Amino acid sequence: MDAEIALRVDGQRRTLSVDTRTTLLDALRERLGVISPKKGCDHGQCGACTVLLDGRRVTSCLTLAVAHDEAEVTTAEGLAEGDRPHPVQQAFLEHDGFQCGYCTPGQVCSAVGMLDEVKAGWPSHVTENLEEEPDLDEEEIRERMSGNLCRCGAYTNIVSAIREAAE
Amino acid sequence: MKPFDYERADDTDGAIATVSDDPTATYLGGGTNLVDHMKLGVAEPGKLVDITKLPYDFVETLPDGRVSVGATVRNSELAASHVIRQSYPMLAQALLAGASGQLRNLATTGGNLVQRTRCAYFQDPGTPCNKREPGSGCSALEGWNRHHAILGASEHCVATHPSDMAVALAALDATVVVRGSEGQRRIPVTELHRLPGDEPERDTVLEHGELITSVELPAPSDSARSAYRKVRERASYAFALVSVAAVVEVDEGTVRDARIALGGVAHKPWRAEAAERELRGAPATEENFRRAAEAELEQAEALRDNAFKIPMTRNTLCAVLRELTREDRA
Repeated sequence: MDAEIALRVDGQRRTLSVDTRTTLLDALRERLGVISPKKGCDHGQCGACTVLLDGRRVTSCLTLAVAHDEAEVTTAEGLAEGDRPHPVQQAFLEHDGFQCGYCTPGQVCSAVGMLDEVKAGWPSHVTENLEEEPDLDEEEIRERMSGNLCRCGAYTNIVSAIREAAE
Repeated sequence: MKPFDYERADDTDGAIATVSDDPTATYLGGGTNLVDHMKLGVAEPGKLVDITKLPYDFVETLPDGRVSVGATVRNSELAASHVIRQSYPMLAQALLAGASGQLRNLATTGGNLVQRTRCAYFQDPGTPCNKREPGSGCSALEGWNRHHAILGASEHCVATHPSDMAVALAALDATVVVRGSEGQRRIPVTELHRLPGDEPERDTVLEHGELITSVELPAPSDSARSAYRKVRERASYAFALVSVAAVVEVDEGTVRDARIALGGVAHKPWRAEAAERELRGAPATEENFRRAAEAELEQAEALRDNAFKIPMTRNTLCAVLRELTREDRA
């Protein structure tokens, strides 16, 4: 069963007809050719498909495209300003925050969303005092990024990249 | 995935009528569990009614001090809400102990309550499972059952309820507000989920078409202390092996009130009533904590792989009680 929807993807409005079964991830990759969000586990467990949906990081494999008519979607491709990478992308480059790179677009989108959550004062599981502004130390970064797996194990450099981008 | 119709609900009664009239229809919230089940073939709805645009995205303090949480509030928003962090920190702790940042941004309050077990056999349509296919048998009973129940299980199902949030709500004595075609009813959260008995396919007491619209928290208490502790196989992003939510009030070294719920051990958030009875009126001592935990666990029954949960539950409960009464015992 098909439905007409519009998505604003990386600043561009795109209209498409989707089978209701299409996930947001498949709509982006298979229908719109936006391939920076990656299909890892396809069950919300690895974070490779992370995009910013109306500004919030989400796993695009676990949400249906049809449910997001008129939504704003930002993928890792849409984070750069012209030729200038987003500060989080630049930090990943400088700190070598990847090996094969498959999880990287998801890591980057997740980190951008996560830094906004910290800015908004959102606590995490390791935040000692829930009423105080969280201090983004290494433990906080590791906890807040636990939804993004890296099979190459580039975690140490991912953490230092995010630390720098947060400053 | 089986084809289905999608409808975005713009009024509650219309949504309820649509789902009530169609036995194959179901509500869609954040989708983090349902969409996954549709991919796996565990759920095959003919119609999805998306309720995320209904007016239930609120956390509000009622005139009598109770706090009402709308069903479509995202788990991340609820954990970040100042009212929750200040007055119900245990609930914020439980929410933050669950899933990942990305999933909490999608998952809703109502959906969290009605999420289904993560039993590996339930999620695998290639194996028998009484919850997925009544009468087909329980693969976990003699199979891989490390994550399964030690309390209140039946010969038909040994699955556990996966929610952290629901365990905190059980210890808080929250109430679930539900609307159906017959009107509204209120269900104590401790009575929302069922034990498996001989109908493990029914997770909750909700009838088809009934919709959770909000959850109400009793007015916060100044004298009570609370904590949520979760034990899992890695430090983050894993379901509980065992979890404990506890609210205690201690006066001059004596426990005046204790409300305890256990997660990861049963088909529902398990209210530890036997432990609570032992604790009320008793001096807040290590020995009494242990006695209370053991009273609760007298009814525990281990399967092949999960006997470790019995001492783990006892130790976690004692540790939480020690932490909450540290000052009273000094």
